[in-house]
This record gives sequence, structure tokens and C-alpha cells, in this order.
Amino acid sequence: MDPAQFFAASRLVIVAGKGGVGKTTVTATLALAAAKRGLSTLVVQVEGKSGLASMYGQPAFSYDQVTLAEADETAGQAAVKARTLTPDDALVEYLEQSGMSRISRRLVTSGALDMVSTAVPGIRDILVLGKVKQLERDRANDLIVLDAPAAGHAISFLQSASGLADAVRLGPINNQARDVLELLGDPARCQVMLVTLPEETPVNELVETAYQLEDRVGVSLGPVVVNGCYPDLPGLHVDPNEAAAASGSSLRPGEAEELTAAAEFRRERMALQREQIDRLAEALPLPQITLPYLFDSELGPPQLHHLADAFLAEVKALGPAAASTMKAP
Amino acid sequence: MTGPDLASLVRDRTIMICSGSGGVGKTTTAAVLAMEAARIGRRAVVVTIDPAKRLADALGLGHDGIGNLPKQIDGPWPGELWAVMLDTKSTFDDLVTNYSDEPDQAARILDNRFYKNISGALSGTQEYMAMEKLYDLHADELFDLVVVDTPPSRNALDFLDAPRRLTRFLDHRLYRVLMAPTRGMMRAVNVAAQAFVRSVSKVVGGEVFDDAIAFFQAFDGMEQGFKERAEMVLDLITSPATGFVLVASPKRDTVEEARYFTDKLAEADIPVAALVVNRMHPHFTEALPEALRARADTLGDSDLGGLYRNLADFALVASREEEHLSGLAEQVEPAPVVRVPFLRTDVHDLTGLALVGDHLFARA
Repeated sequence: MDPAQFFAASRLVIVAGKGGVGKTTVTATLALAAAKRGLSTLVVQVEGKSGLASMYGQPAFSYDQVTLAEADETAGQAAVKARTLTPDDALVEYLEQSGMSRISRRLVTSGALDMVSTAVPGIRDILVLGKVKQLERDRANDLIVLDAPAAGHAISFLQSASGLADAVRLGPINNQARDVLELLGDPARCQVMLVTLPEETPVNELVETAYQLEDRVGVSLGPVVVNGCYPDLPGLHVDPNEAAAASGSSLRPGEAEELTAAAEFRRERMALQREQIDRLAEALPLPQITLPYLFDSELGPPQLHHLADAFLAEVKALGPAAASTMKAP
Repeated sequence: MTGPDLASLVRDRTIMICSGSGGVGKTTTAAVLAMEAARIGRRAVVVTIDPAKRLADALGLGHDGIGNLPKQIDGPWPGELWAVMLDTKSTFDDLVTNYSDEPDQAARILDNRFYKNISGALSGTQEYMAMEKLYDLHADELFDLVVVDTPPSRNALDFLDAPRRLTRFLDHRLYRVLMAPTRGMMRAVNVAAQAFVRSVSKVVGGEVFDDAIAFFQAFDGMEQGFKERAEMVLDLITSPATGFVLVASPKRDTVEEARYFTDKLAEADIPVAALVVNRMHPHFTEALPEALRARADTLGDSDLGGLYRNLADFALVASREEEHLSGLAEQVEPAPVVRVPFLRTDVHDLTGLALVGDHLFARA
């Protein structure tokens, strides 16, 4: 399908997945891919430590918005911006906007927020999501990509709204929770993009998370991203000596064995990956976007551009059904 | 010069704590260490936090089972292998029951809504309860070795800070302020505090504060016992009987996290006893990745070009992995570094655990 249509599906995409599956890499990739198609994109992070800035070759950022990639009008590329949202900052800002600036700082410095957030689980999450909702409403960016907390945290994070709407029946927190619920429940405004690796345990956990998100949060699920897939290569099934003869070249002693062992390993891994990708497709009727494994672990701007281009190519290959957000049955 | 190898640690230590970032195989490593102890005749128990379902089933910890009590796993070993899945809430409940003066006090706390939230949601509670469980099992004469898998927290070090964090929470001056009126002192001073509390109540609702006050009233008098216990737990996990096993994968970001983690342990005067690196790519060739890549490029899209490109890919990933690990290996010296290769399938049964054991203890 047309990437423009794909990125226009919802203004907020929440990227979620278990630790170690490359959630932040996918966040960075999705943002750059959208920007390459001319959508001004804002990346929102909720956990401080991550390599997102360095993937763009930029220094680390915090609550204040920074530009990770400048717009390039001749190339039709929009800017990628980013910021980190923390509950403390979001709360202070929220209280100030609600005319309660007098108590806002004190609430944080006295440690009362700690206690309140303990007493009312999810309050930190709702503060952050409330801020995200505000950013989404501002429409200052075409797309917002939220790098969600890892794994199980993602569910409690997104569930905080329904929990709080019940727990706190009146007042500003209740309003926030209701607004966030509305946002999460509206496929035109928000969808979740789940990330996994083509391996057994991550696939199982992704399927479980997908159903929990549907059931407990009621949020729409976009395509699933399968990260770290070995790209195919020619010759993996061919005997190196024959391949050398066909190319009119010769091998050093011992080289045939090395080439064979490496080719076998890749074939085997690719077959195992294929199995898991098929199993995922069977368990979860969502379109899949596969991203290549990067043998070079130095993830900087060139690699990120490579991933973003691969992402766009995958989007183009998606069927038209991917236009509307899909629901798992 | 390296320190005691992993086999000696399993033989000599009474506690082993597996830590590292999420997705690196901590749970599996912890289970394998306990299994190895059983193989050499020790009575070992592994405490897991959130095992993948099939591994949980293999350890007899299926979801229908009752949590928090160790279950014995039968197998071909002279020692004993036990496993327990941490149940944060009931561990906390036990702690409250043990430290309350009378059953009434415990009941009041256990019924309190604020307590129910804390025991499930206070950040660090799961970490603390893991350490609490460890302390409990260590004291139990049924076990020679306790192996713990640390929770996959945002900050991998939370569990070190957790005991103190909880007592700090219970000790917070804000609660003193909240508690003061009910103790009948300093009423005047508290007028300002009460005004503040009223404003906060406007934001989150008054019941929250009522619950909190009721909780701290019920908790009154138990803080000391809790604090002493927390100190004992901390002493135990920093004692020489405890071995920290750092689990990592050779990916750049997890190695960076492992290095950060090692620094933090060092600040707390805790050495890393062993480093386990899972999911290492195989090393196929001595040739340099750049040379192989150049050769592939001259061969274009031919089969031979593809074969060279593939070998170049694996030569590159292997050299990157060694690059990433060398700094970490140096940093954890004299701890031994054990490398476990990429395995064909995920570990979800005892045979799989035994296979990892063969790699960890150099029998493969």
C-alpha cells in the first residue's frame, strides 16, 4: 500500500514489545520512514536511557524537545523531533495549566507524588499519557511515535487509564483518564505497533500481549514488526567449489569449509526464523513488516536510513487491507 | 589470572544472584545453575520471577500451581532441585504477618486498600520481595544453595536499593506529617501541611489519603522490625557467600548495560563472580570481514559473491561481539567469562536446560 496512506492511519503510534527485541530501533526507524515521506514526526520516550539519539547521531535529550533530523525540503523529507516525558515534569506542567501552580512544585519536591502514585497505581502513567494526548491534540506534528515501556509494563501503562477512570471518580485525574481512554479507543487517533524477534519466546509473548491489549485496553493494533530477520543471499545452497568454478575463480585452502559452515548456519537460522514468522502469522491475523538483521551492531545514521528504506519497502508490499487498523478476533 | 570458575561457584557459594538486562537469558541461566548444583549433590532452589510459560511448565511452575512454595523437580541427579515462582504479594503479606504484634494489626494492614496497592505497585517492591524470599530460603535448612533471578526492572539495580527504598518509604517525613495529628501533637505546625493535603486531595480524591492514613496508623510500631530485616537482607546479599552472576548477550546495548551494572555493583563493593554471555554467534573464519566483503563485491550477485557476503556478515558480527565483550571482560576481572553459543531452539524443558549446562560447564 501507499506509505502516505499507511502513515495517515492514526496520528499516534505506540511502539511496544519485550525488552531486547529492538523496540527503540523500530521507533527510530518508523519515525525516519515517516519523515522521509514528508510527515513531520515527533518521537516521545518515557524511559530515560536509550540509544535513540545516537542512532540519529545526536546527543541525548530530555524533557525539552530537540530535533533529531532536520527537514530537507528538496528531498521531501520532514523533520524528526524528540523529547522524553517524565511523570514529574508532566505533572508540574499539568497543574500549572490547571491553575494549581502553587502546589505543583511542592507536590514533586515533598515526595507527595511518590506517595500518591503508590496509593493510586497508574498515576505516573496517566500523567505521561495525558501529556501525549495533549501533544496529539495540538497537531503540531503529523505523526507521534511513542516508545512505550518494555514488555508487561506496556500493558499496565496503557491500562492505567481505565483503572484510574474507575479509581478516581472526580477531578482532574479522572478527566485525564477519560480523555486518554477516548484517545486509545479511537483507531483514527491511535494504534499500537508491536515489535518482536523471529524467535519462539518473543513470538509467544507478542501474541499474548496482543490479545491482552485488545481485551484490556481496547486499543487498535497496527502491523506487527518482526525485527532482526536474516536477509536472503544467493548461493547459500550452492557448493562453494562449484560456485567458484561457475565464477571462474578459485578458493584458498580451507575456504570452502568456512563458506559452507557459514552458509549452513544462515540457512538453518533462516528456516527457524521462517517457522516463527509463519507461526506468528497463524496466531495473529495482523499484517507483518519484517526488518533486516544488522550484522554491523554500530547503529548510526547510515544504518538507520537503511532500516527506514527497508520499512518503506515493506509498507509498499502490504496489501490494501492494512489501510484500516485491524482487530485480532 | 581468573577467579574461581562457575563450577566452583556452584559448589561453594550458598547464594547466587543472576542479573542483567531483559531478554538475555537470566531465568534460564539461573535454572541451569541450580540444576548443576543438584547434579553435584547439593540441594538447590531456584527463585524465578517471570519465566516464559513453557519453561515454567518444565519447572513444575505451571500457572495452575500455587505460587510461593518451592516445588521439587525430579531428575537424574544425586542432589535436589527445587523451584519457586516469586509471588510478590503473598511474600509481602507474610512479612507483615510476621512483624505485627497481634493478628488484628496484620489483618488491618492486609485489608487496607493502600497496602494492597503498595504490595503490588510500589516500585521496587518486587525486587525487595525477591531478596526477602532469598533470605527466607537461605535460612531454610532444606537448601544448600539459593539461586535467584532478578526482576526485569527498568533499572537492573533496583533490587540492591530495594530494601532501603521500602524503609525510606515507610519513614518518609510526609507520612510523619500525615500521622502527626492522630498522635495528638504538633497540630498547629500541621495547619499548612493539612492545607497542602487538601489541595492534593482535590487532584486525586480524598479516599486516597484516608486509606493512606489508615495504613500508616496500622503500620505504626512495625517500622523498626522492617528496617532491621531490610538491613539483614542487605548484609546477606553483599556477603562473600553470595555470588553475582552477570548475564549478558554480546549485543552492544546489553553489553553497555552490563558495564553500567558492573560499575554500580563496584560502588556497592560487590564483585561480579562470573559473566555469562548467551547467544554468541559462531566464529567461522580468521579472515577479516573487510577483506571478505571486498572479495564479495568483486563477485557481484553470483552464488560465490553471496557465499562470501554471508561469511563476511558472520565475520563482522563475531568481531563486533568480541570487541564489545573485551571491555566488559576486563572490567569484571578476575571473574571468569563463559560464552554460550546461539542455540537452535529456545530452552523450555529439562533437556534444554541440561544442554545449556553442558555449554556453561564446558562439557559441550
